[in-house]
Amino acid sequence: MSFINYSSREINCKIVYYGPGLCGKTTNLQYIYKKTNPEQKGKLISLATETERTLFFDFLPLALGDIRGFKVRFHLYTVPGQVFYAASRKLILKGVDGVVFVADSQIERMEANIESFEDLKINLAEQGYALEKLPFAIQYNKRDLPNVAPLDEMNKILNGSSVQWFEAVAPAGVGVFETLKSVAKQVLLELKKHY
Amino acid sequence: MAGSDLVMYENEFVKIDEELQKLHQQANANVVFLVDKNGQLIASAGETHNIDTTSLASLTAGNIAATGGIARLLGEKEFTILFHEGEKDNIHISLIGQRVILVVIFDQRSSLGLVRLRVKKASEVLTKIFDEITSKSEKDKSEGKSVESPFAEISDEDIDNLFR
Repeated sequence: MSFINYSSREINCKIVYYGPGLCGKTTNLQYIYKKTNPEQKGKLISLATETERTLFFDFLPLALGDIRGFKVRFHLYTVPGQVFYAASRKLILKGVDGVVFVADSQIERMEANIESFEDLKINLAEQGYALEKLPFAIQYNKRDLPNVAPLDEMNKILNGSSVQWFEAVAPAGVGVFETLKSVAKQVLLELKKHY
Repeated sequence: MAGSDLVMYENEFVKIDEELQKLHQQANANVVFLVDKNGQLIASAGETHNIDTTSLASLTAGNIAATGGIARLLGEKEFTILFHEGEKDNIHISLIGQRVILVVIFDQRSSLGLVRLRVKKASEVLTKIFDEITSKSEKDKSEGKSVESPFAEISDEDIDNLFR
């Protein structure tokens, strides 16, 4: 649910990074934060445990610039990936405009990816969304590790509806902005359809 | 898309702003905010320059969402008021018409009783304004019109420019 303010000429959209625990959702936001001009970003807020596991969410507001005289703002959120934070994950998805699914490419995490992906679909359905109808991109993260699953296998398992996907190494920034750009673009094109 | 986007025009925005200014004054508050349930700041009144309003909006919405989750676990529909007491500043958070969150930050120059009273009055007015906004955007949608839509003309190039 975007917020369009004709009075202050602003558009605010919400993008949620979803995925299994330790797949690199927070790392994506940290890299975006690091590489964005100070005037374009707000604070990166992380509600995390002492061991830096996301407890509730991370939040990064980005003001990317103007489109036709409207300030375009994206609010990026991550969900807590660990299985037992299911209740919190649901809450973050409220009012989402676009979703990025960050998958952990390591072979041994494939089951966790599938579980999280199913969880995403169920939680979206509970809010009245269908993943197929939402702006959506998939990121295959950790491609620099030795034990990664082949891309076509990952696509077969996670990307049945052939959405845009990206290879990434989030700490080094590989694929991070490409993924964000893909989903942001879809969100804005969705607005174009509706207004 | 589930739910509908919140679209705010000048007219309603001015009305909301007036109401917040009034509440800010009458409740003797430091700052008053209005946030939508998804964490986006709608309007504010008072001394906002020292406060990171964007973060505050998102955290408040997270707070309300978490409390709502607890409420449902207990079989309550929602807890409509949250109050946090600090050493100097206090924060009063209330849910208005299930849609927006009204946040009042105040110190010893005011009191919880006064804030609660004024918030209650302001809530009634704000609920009406948001009802108007909803019915207006539904009407616009059913008639298929959108005033000076900035989106109809969005091109790929516009979007690419955002990422330069």
